[in-house]
Order: sequence, then structure tokens, then C-alpha cells
Amino acid sequence: MSFDFPLIWNSLPDLLGRGLVLTIQLTVLSVLVGLCLAVPLGILRASRNPWISKPIYIYTYVFRGTPLLIQLFLIYYGFGQFRWIKSTFLWDFLREGFWCCLIAFTLNTAAYTTEILRGAIQNVPHGEVEAARAIGMSRFTVLRRIILPQAFRIMLPAYSNEVVLMLQATSIASLVTLLELTGVARVIIARTFAPYELFITIALIYLALTYGIIWLFKKWEQHLMRHLGERPADAPQEGALATR
Amino acid sequence: MKKFTILMSVAVLALSSGAASAAEKIKIATEGAYAPFNFVADDGSLQGFDVDIAKALCEKMKADCEIVKQEWDGMIPGLLAKKFDAIAASMSITAERKQKIDFSEKYYNTPAVIVARKDAKIAVDANGNPTDEGLKGMKIGVQRSTIHENYARAHFKDSEIVVYDSADNANLDLVNGRIDARMDDILALQEGILKAEGGDDFKVYGKGFVGGELGEGVGIGVRKEDTKLRDEFSKAIQEIRADGTYKKINDKYFNFDAYGD
Amino acid sequence: MFDLKGYGHLLFEGALVTIEVAICAMIVAIALGLVGAAGKLSRNPVAHFVANTYTIVIRGVPELVLLLLIYFGGTVLLQTIAARLFGHEEPIDINNFVAGVLVIGFVYGAFATEVFRGAFQSIPKGQIEAAMACGMSKGQVFWRIKLPQVWRFAIPGLGNVWLVLLKATAIISVIGLPELTRQSTIVMNPTRKPFTVFLIAAALYLIMTAVSDVFRHRFERRAAAGIRQI
Repeated sequence: MSFDFPLIWNSLPDLLGRGLVLTIQLTVLSVLVGLCLAVPLGILRASRNPWISKPIYIYTYVFRGTPLLIQLFLIYYGFGQFRWIKSTFLWDFLREGFWCCLIAFTLNTAAYTTEILRGAIQNVPHGEVEAARAIGMSRFTVLRRIILPQAFRIMLPAYSNEVVLMLQATSIASLVTLLELTGVARVIIARTFAPYELFITIALIYLALTYGIIWLFKKWEQHLMRHLGERPADAPQEGALATR
Repeated sequence: MKKFTILMSVAVLALSSGAASAAEKIKIATEGAYAPFNFVADDGSLQGFDVDIAKALCEKMKADCEIVKQEWDGMIPGLLAKKFDAIAASMSITAERKQKIDFSEKYYNTPAVIVARKDAKIAVDANGNPTDEGLKGMKIGVQRSTIHENYARAHFKDSEIVVYDSADNANLDLVNGRIDARMDDILALQEGILKAEGGDDFKVYGKGFVGGELGEGVGIGVRKEDTKLRDEFSKAIQEIRADGTYKKINDKYFNFDAYGD
Repeated sequence: MFDLKGYGHLLFEGALVTIEVAICAMIVAIALGLVGAAGKLSRNPVAHFVANTYTIVIRGVPELVLLLLIYFGGTVLLQTIAARLFGHEEPIDINNFVAGVLVIGFVYGAFATEVFRGAFQSIPKGQIEAAMACGMSKGQVFWRIKLPQVWRFAIPGLGNVWLVLLKATAIISVIGLPELTRQSTIVMNPTRKPFTVFLIAAALYLIMTAVSDVFRHRFERRAAAGIRQI
């Protein structure tokens, strides 16, 4: 088995210039929009009123209970079944594979993030909330100044995992013709019949991105925990793999 | 402990492979997503022109054959890895592929064409074929690792070439309006688009393209070292051409001779 | 809208294949998880390094890339190994079922490794010390004290791995295994009803998840039986 290094070198401009850029775009956009959706949903999901929390639970259950690939295909191929959709403005978005991926990824990550945030909100120490109420803070102020900042700190390790999983999930965009990292690699492989070289190269790129993200979140976590002084952060153990 | 586990698993694999090869079966791979040449019927079986031809060839060769399903991307790697012994999946004979594998002589040769909406304004040449200029700025859908992908990339330089895992998925996207045109074999496009639901709005542009990147027709793919198997397939193709078996299969699917000249 | 021109049964057959693949992959994952956890907890630097590399690589590379790499490259690699070890020249046939099971099992073996590592560490030290004091050998301690108890601590985590693994099998559709997702893409073309098809597929996955959830709760309760509830 010989390894074709010049081929890898020659493929790098395409892989990094086109593929990597699109991979990062998809990851960053879906994670950011997903988070914006998850904050209000997570707060409502933590509500004690079942009429508020149950409908959101149904949303998160459906999106967490089915494969992302099926969700993507449902959006990408599925909506084409209805002629009336094609005559509306919706089709301007659904026509583009990029938007289909973005919609599917965002809805999916928002579902997971909502549940992560709910867990974190419910784990905010009661005493802190009661103390804030006692000094006369309104419910909204308590939410904004006490619960959300605390919940965010608690959820950070789990959330960094969600971001990593989202990065890797973007690889399935290649299955609906998008030329992100995996897509570009497959185009080059079709031309060169060199699966080892290309797949190992992009595996290394994903590996670097993953640990880059993990490192960034670690730094951020340390920053948020700095006021706790010498007390060790209650982060999960090194290298722990959380599952979704 | 660990070493033992690995040894065990390798041994199990070795045993299972030994049993498979004892039967002396010829395994022939096809894709099942390229109607009318190969497709999955509603009972889940593989059918189509390629499949019928392969079965007829096996009969002539008095060989025990099994048709297996294989995704297009993995055709050549699968053949080289000995997952199967031959490819009957409308794979064209090209110089590029001949560097990796070998082919029997051709068993059909039909032109490649462009299909697009009837009302698309596409400039055409004397043969009615779209010109490079006519397709400028359009999204042309092709299947990954096909002669059509190579041809489109080489000739329609001002168009965006969109690659799909299977011809079926590309057809669906053309009908849905996600791409502007499809380049593929004329018979595959007639079956997959024009005759299918929503196909009334589309038409074939021109008589089609042959030669060059499009290869020398479609053959049965085999590994390079299996020269005997290759020659047997070639001989059997001659035989079914001569005794009318080919015509019978041909007429089941097409109203002209797909063999070409 | 729900007329699938006689192709509908392919979806249900696909769902069965999905369940088969998932169960086989889960067995592989549990086996690898036990070996991986043993490696991570071992004082042998080589075993420790191998187990760590395994989980690091799996965490950093998308399943799809691993699947394609192993599917397209793995056969040739295995053949080379077999030829070196046994002088075995016959082709090794990794069909897409085996390839899919191996890849999914391999990936979720890394997740199971973390689950088992945590579970082994949860076994009270006192019990192990007591067993050693009774004169049990290391092997006896493993078989009689650790292994029977590790399940109790591992079951909630394994339940989680199972739910994720079940959905992850959808990715095997890419190499053509006729599981639920692959069958859906096959059926969508002749029927031209992709929305209906994927909606049914989503419902089938959801049913599998819901049923698994019921079993998971039952298992967790059984695993916790005999433990004092606080």
C-alpha cells in the first residue's frame, strides 16, 4: 500500500479553500441560530406548566428520536412533492441545498440544545433563586441575572459536545450534493480512485477542528469559572464522550 | 487478550470467506438505480436490461451466477477487493477505467444527451445538441464518477456541474427544479424523466453526443487478471447477438437496437 | 398521498434490517467497550495508549468519513493482514452488512468504553479489597466481583448509547445496505412521493426509539433492584 503524498498536496487548495470554508459556515450558522432558538425554548421547556412544556417536549422528542439524515432528506427531497410549495417564496430557499442543510441542522441542534439548557436550568441551586427573590428581584430579572448565567455555565461542557457533534454532522451535507469537506473529497476520489489518501486527510482536518473547538470551550469555561478561585471546576473528566 | 480477540475475528472472517469461494459462483454486481438498465422492482428484486443480459450471458457460459447490488461509487473498488467478479451496471469502457480494470467487448452503445425543460432557452448546434454557450450559467446534474460527469466537466466549462450519488436522485432534482439540465444516457433519461411523473414538461435536446470522454460503449467489467472470464463474456455476447437472445431482451425494453453500429 | 404503488412493504423490511444491524453493532460496541475500558484502566502503557487513541480518533472524525474509509479501504487492509498472518490468499468478503456493523460498532464502542470506564470506577473499592483479602486472584476478582456489578452501573449509559446507535445506522444507507433509510431513497424514486416516504420512515424510527425507551426504563429498574433507594 503506497501513499500518494503529491496528490494530497495538490488537493489541499480545493479541500481547504472550498470544502473547509463551507463546513465551517454550515457549523457556525446552524449552531448560532440553533442556540438563539434554544434559549426561549429551553426556558419554556423548564416551565412547570405542562401546557407550555409538553409541546416543546414533543418537538425535541421527535427531532432527537429520528436520524438527522432522515430529517435532511425530508426537507431536501420531501417538500418537492408538493407543487404548491414550489410557487411560493419558500421554494427560493428550499431550492438551494445549502438552505435545506441549514434548516435541518438548525432544527436538530436546537432540539438537543433546548434539552441541555432545560437540564441546566433545573440544576441551578434553589438557594440562589430564593435569595434573589428575597432581595426583591422580579421573576424576569432573576431569570436574566441569576438563572440564565448560571445555567449557561453549567451547560457549557455538554454544549461543547453538541457543537462538536454538529461539526461532524455537517459531513452528511455531501449526500445532498453540497461540496463541503467530505463532498470535495468524494469528488476528488471519483477522479483519482484514491480513497485512503483523501479520507485520511479529511479525517485529520476534522480531528484538528474537533479538538480546536474543545480547546476553545475549555478556555471559555476557565474564564467563566475564574471567580471561583482555587475551587476545581466541576467539569466532566478529561476525554469524556457524551452521547446525543 | 486483545491480540487474541483480533486473531479470532480474522479467523472467523477467513472461515466465512473460504465457504463462499467453494461454490465457484460468478458474482455479478449491478446498481439498481438506473432504469431501464438496472432497477429495484416493487418486490425488491434487481431487474433491467443489464440484469437480463448478464443472466443470458451466464446461461451461454454455463456458469452459476448471482446478481448482487452495489452502490455506483463502490463498483470498481468492490471488484478490485473481490467482493464480486464482474460488473454489469451500464459501465462504459473508457481509457481511464481501463487503467484499473478490464472489460469484455461492448454489449450496448447509446448516445448521451441533455434533457431540460421544454421552455428552456438553450442554443443548439446543427445536430440540435446544446452548445457550450447555450448551457452557460446553468446547473447540469450528473452522476458521480460517470462518463457524463467527465464529459460535462470537459465541455460545459461555463456551467455548474452538480454531482449526485445516483441517477435517480439527479432526476428527482431536475423535476423539482433544483437543477436546469441533466446529462446522461438517452434511454436512462427517457425512462427516468420523460416517462415518469412530471416528465411532460421536459424534452431531449438533440441527437446526442458520442465518443471522446464518453468511451466505446458499455461492457462487462472484470479484474485485469481474469482474462479468461473476460474472453468468455465477450464470446457469449457474440453468441447471444447471433442466436436472437439479445434481440429478445432488447425488444423487451427498447424499440431500436441498443447495440449500436 | 399514502399510495406507494406496492413499494410500501420495502420500508417495513428495511426497518427490520435496521433493527438487525443495530443489535449486532451494539454487541460489537459492548465487546469493544469492555476491552477499551480495560485498556484505559490498565497500568500497561501500551494498552492505555491504544485505548486512548481509539476514543480520541473516534470523537474527532465523522461517522460518514469513517464508514467510507473502512468500506472502501478496509477490505484491502484486511486482506493484506490475512495474507501476512495465514498466507491466506482467498478473497475476504466483507459485505455491506458486516461493514456497517463493524463501523457502527467500532464508533459506539468508543462511547461504550467511556460508559464502562465510569462503571468500573463506581464499584466500591472496599469490595475489591475485601475480595483480595479473602485470597482471590486478580482474575477471580474480575469475574466474580467486577463483571457482575459493572452492568448495574453501566446500564443507564448503555441505554443512551443504544438510542444514539439506533439512529446512527441510517448512515449505512450510503454503502447500500437495504436498511430503512436506504429503502426510503429507493422507494422515493418510482413513487415520486419523497415526503410521504420519509415521513413514514421518521415515524418508524420514532416507534423504535419509543419502544427502546420503555425497555430502557425497565432495565434500569431491574438493574437497580436490591439496591437501597435513597
